[in-house]
Amino acid sequence: MNREKSFNILRTAVAMLAAILVAFVIIILISDQPVQSILIFLLQPFSSGRYLGNIVETAIPLIFSGLSMAVLFQTSLFNLGGEGVYFMAGIVGSIAAIWLKLPIFIFPLLCLMVGAGTGILVMLVPGVLRAKFSANEMVTSLMMNNICYGVGCYVLNNMMRDPAVSTLVSYKYRSAAMLPVIIKGTRVHVGILIAILCAVLVYLFLYKTKWGLQVKATGANAKFAKYSGMNVTKVIIMVHVIAGAVAGCGGIVECLGLHKRFEWTALPGYGFDGAMIAMLANNNPLGVIGAATFVAYLRVGADLVNRFADVPTEMISILQTIIILLISAEKFLHKYKQKWIEKDVQIGEVQNEGVH
Amino acid sequence: MKGFINLIFSVDFVYSIFRVMTPLLFASMGAVISDIAGVPNIALEGLMLMAAFAGMYFSYLTQSAAVGLLMALLIAITFAGVLAFFTLYYKTNIILGGIALNSLASGGTVFFLYLVANDKGTSVSLASKTLPNIHIPIIENIPILGDILSGHNILTYVSVLAVIFTYYLLKSTDLGYHIRAVGEKKEAAESVGISTIKTQAIALLLSGVMCGFGGAFMSMGYVSWFSRDMLSSRGWIALAAEAMGRQTAIGTAAASLLFGVADAVSNAAAAQGLPSDLVKTIPYLATLIGLAIFSVRIYKKQKEV
Repeated sequence: MNREKSFNILRTAVAMLAAILVAFVIIILISDQPVQSILIFLLQPFSSGRYLGNIVETAIPLIFSGLSMAVLFQTSLFNLGGEGVYFMAGIVGSIAAIWLKLPIFIFPLLCLMVGAGTGILVMLVPGVLRAKFSANEMVTSLMMNNICYGVGCYVLNNMMRDPAVSTLVSYKYRSAAMLPVIIKGTRVHVGILIAILCAVLVYLFLYKTKWGLQVKATGANAKFAKYSGMNVTKVIIMVHVIAGAVAGCGGIVECLGLHKRFEWTALPGYGFDGAMIAMLANNNPLGVIGAATFVAYLRVGADLVNRFADVPTEMISILQTIIILLISAEKFLHKYKQKWIEKDVQIGEVQNEGVH
Repeated sequence: MKGFINLIFSVDFVYSIFRVMTPLLFASMGAVISDIAGVPNIALEGLMLMAAFAGMYFSYLTQSAAVGLLMALLIAITFAGVLAFFTLYYKTNIILGGIALNSLASGGTVFFLYLVANDKGTSVSLASKTLPNIHIPIIENIPILGDILSGHNILTYVSVLAVIFTYYLLKSTDLGYHIRAVGEKKEAAESVGISTIKTQAIALLLSGVMCGFGGAFMSMGYVSWFSRDMLSSRGWIALAAEAMGRQTAIGTAAASLLFGVADAVSNAAAAQGLPSDLVKTIPYLATLIGLAIFSVRIYKKQKEV
């Protein structure tokens, strides 16, 4: 393992630790029984099979959105459209799950494909605008989020709403469309396997194929990639297609795995979480699984503290900020990195490693 | 439909354009200043949200709108400072730093809202203050024009001043020259003794000031309460306006007017009973289409050259 890699791991670990410490401070300031609350936050998630199951089921959508962002970040694209994709893919996939009639195995598969297809279409708007005309993908993707939300709400209100229920939810999904639970006594559904499969596929794509190399080359230096004969426009569009498909899958998996109806009445927030998870994972698709699990653990902990003591779950967003800021801070812990490298030079271990 | 058209040509409608434009003008000027300095601040949305919360909360605590405004400014400047510290000193990528601040604002304001108001939606249970509306003497009495120009919230007039300030700052002050030089070519600016870090920090803090005003207007002028994510992407629309205004104060203000009109149309259409879910997307759709047309035009121009 080279120094650069182990330094990245150290920085990630410090950021995670800092986030947990900040959580302590917040709990101490707010809670009436700080010690007990901290113990709940740290240990309760591991205390029973049900809570462990909660961690896994919380991690599923986070893995999808983290993967989607990791691919975009590898290309240096700051597209935050995951939010809109999740919502829209959930809506369109739900329409399929409510009104189609298919046998048990094919039905959810088709719903997933519908969700992924929707995701691709939504992502292609900022993708094409960026690739062909270099329009700022961040602004256009955020506008798409609001548009998806408005259109989705319109469809939900006027076509899918179940009048028999007082809250704003759709009709029930057909039971053949829903994703089965795979661990008894929890709500962990087959989505976790799909998520892991996606992570492996994205990993293979990025690290074992020619296109993956082009993606990374474009991300590192688009001009260089262009001059060495790569079709940058095509690469950017391809990346958006993949990111859209993965996020779309995530949206419909979440709906069919955890709910019996379409229940979102606001944007679910997974798009932005994806950015943080991708960073925690250093944009590595397999690392995304671990990063998502860690964030899911924090969430379940915060949720439990919220139930037992009066600390709002939104504490999480403060922790997320700390993680993003510390991980992206290049000069953070820089001194130690420098020292390590100097030490290596003295010993004579460093031969051709560049000092970044 | 006829009622809708009548509404669009009414005095109230034109008045409302000024009202919805106010936060856009502030935010887009913040975008212009920071972007020209080479440190594009994408946390405008979050900074305004935090300022809106601070304005509501401190005007409730002290029962003084002025203190509310001051605290709104202070909070926005502080967090713009945090962004400046991380990007300039710790070399955080400014886009990622901006994403972090936006996420902090979105969740953090709800967190504190729950602590102070025991509510995760709005602050209506807290009796906070609003900033006064100003009636301009003489103009006030002119028919039609008086109804359109007079009687706005004080910050609406300040937002017009903010455009003039930005224009003047960038065009004819030393600081403006420094900001432009640093944004254009860092090394060249350094070589003639301009401190990059100092200039970029000032630019980010100035964008913080703009966001402070914009946020204060939202919770102490546009409405008289705070609600979660109340900026509803105005900070991002401001970034689009800045791109279309080609980083000039006047051009950006003109683009903001376009989105202000779209916003006012969407409000008017919703009041007419058109499906509100769809109508609410008008400003975003306008922004998307505007940005698309703008980018295609630039692209074609570059191709011709």
